[in-house]
Amino acid sequence: MELALTIEKLHKDLKEKRYSLIELLDSYFYRIDKHDKKINSFITVSRENAYLKAKQLQSSFKELGDEVFKKYPLFGVTVAYKDLFLTRGVRTTAGSKILRDFIPSYSSTVVKRLQEAGCLMIGKTNCDAWAHGASGENSDFGPVRNPWNQEYVPGGSSSGSAASIAANFTLISTGTDTGGSIRQPANLSGVVGFKPTYGAVSRYGVIAMASSLDSIGHFTRKSDDAKRIFEVTKGEDNKDSTVKNTDYLNFPKGKKVKIGLPKEYFIKGIEKQVSEEVKRCAKIFQDNGFEIKEVSLPHTKYAIYVYYIIQPAEVSSNLARYDGIRYGEKRDLFGEEAKRRIMLGTYVLSTGYYDAYYLKAMKVRTKIIEDFEKAFKEVDLLITPVSPTPAFKIGEKVDDPLKMYLADIFTVAANIAGIPGLAIPSGFTKNNLPLGFQLLGPRFSENILFETGSFFEKITDYKPKTVSF
Amino acid sequence: MADIKIKDIKHLAKLANLSISIKETTKFQKQLSLIVSYVGELSKVDTSNTLPTSQTTGLKDIKRKDLVETKDSLSLEETFSGTESKHNNFFKVPAVFDN
Repeated sequence: MELALTIEKLHKDLKEKRYSLIELLDSYFYRIDKHDKKINSFITVSRENAYLKAKQLQSSFKELGDEVFKKYPLFGVTVAYKDLFLTRGVRTTAGSKILRDFIPSYSSTVVKRLQEAGCLMIGKTNCDAWAHGASGENSDFGPVRNPWNQEYVPGGSSSGSAASIAANFTLISTGTDTGGSIRQPANLSGVVGFKPTYGAVSRYGVIAMASSLDSIGHFTRKSDDAKRIFEVTKGEDNKDSTVKNTDYLNFPKGKKVKIGLPKEYFIKGIEKQVSEEVKRCAKIFQDNGFEIKEVSLPHTKYAIYVYYIIQPAEVSSNLARYDGIRYGEKRDLFGEEAKRRIMLGTYVLSTGYYDAYYLKAMKVRTKIIEDFEKAFKEVDLLITPVSPTPAFKIGEKVDDPLKMYLADIFTVAANIAGIPGLAIPSGFTKNNLPLGFQLLGPRFSENILFETGSFFEKITDYKPKTVSF
Repeated sequence: MADIKIKDIKHLAKLANLSISIKETTKFQKQLSLIVSYVGELSKVDTSNTLPTSQTTGLKDIKRKDLVETKDSLSLEETFSGTESKHNNFFKVPAVFDN
């Protein structure tokens, strides 16, 4: 049977009784069993959990008929959760040896909401340990490989989640984006990656990396699927005090939507294929009713410095809880990258250095926020590259931490400013690696991002592709 | 290059409750010096009239009623499920005051 690549197609197939939920799971697990050894996108596959839920949902379908799709808006949608998301009764490792045997006693808000909406949990995806990475190579469970070419990285830190979509191991997957960890792997793996506004989705029950930067998002194959999932995951839960229900901006009607091209993002050092592709896509918008305008974000080059001070500082605090007393192994099992970031964070927060580094970074953070506020007075959205290069080879950057950190230069600013972003695939390089762009908008402009993404997909007649092994 | 010495690395490891080998100490001394020099470029930005931002929501003083919500609380069994190091519903921890 042919697996549906979108929620709309899945629901159409189910309504037409083309297959049962059990048969759907059989197909996915067959593919995973056969091909995931090449990709290593899963740390835990939750077969039992999925089949149990499928049986319950199938009964409801029998009982309620098509009404079941109103009761469960994500009925039968298979989901893979990045292994930072606590899943009650199902091992959650954060990609680290420290939590290799950890079984959570509760689920994160996002997991609860997706499960209640009718999702079927396929498993927990591999990721850079503690979300520290931009390639998937920092996992204690082996690197994830890019399904399009297994000698290349899929990006990180949500490496397994991105790869599982490209490899057609699941319909949707979840991720976290602290410095680009959804958008970058989405871009390198050729799938849609969504980072919400900071404060739109509860972080409760998601293993924390940097608490003022972490955003809880997901991967799909089309923009409207990303929207459908966001409708379920967003909003207050009384467990995350940074989440407040609020009105979202509407897609501007009756006037040309303006998309800005920030000049500081098109610098030397970005691969030509990448910048040409973004410009090509900007032209498509321009030729179809949008206005493209050059804008300036003057503090762009400082964003990576701000990020590599604030993030490690917050990491050093958040990882202090792993003391091996109430759960998990002792701290000597932290990998090299975790140790490096904890120590860097400890340094910038320590007496004598706090003002020069951490306080300074918080002030430049304000400047970066102001840059975006000024730009969004002139334009509705921004279009930029996601990564300076397409997917790179496994092993290419892993021995040079600074080189690896520079993979984040185009993604970190959105986390610093707390704004949403949508990474959209648009094509392939000459050697068949994915290319794409990201749309960034002001806080709570998700609806504008989704609609603009959908428009692009429609105008380019975009058809999602997955890898045939 | 930022002036981070071996003794600084050892001090940081102690502050962060991390055990690091001699090889790691040398490696981190080089890497952290490089990274800290790099991020030190921030000193070039004029922030004399800028207030720091610690989070982007603009929210302040978010409260809820101080009531226990039983349905969201963990049972004793669940709370202790992650470790063998327990006694009479207490977690056993390393002695704080021993050397």
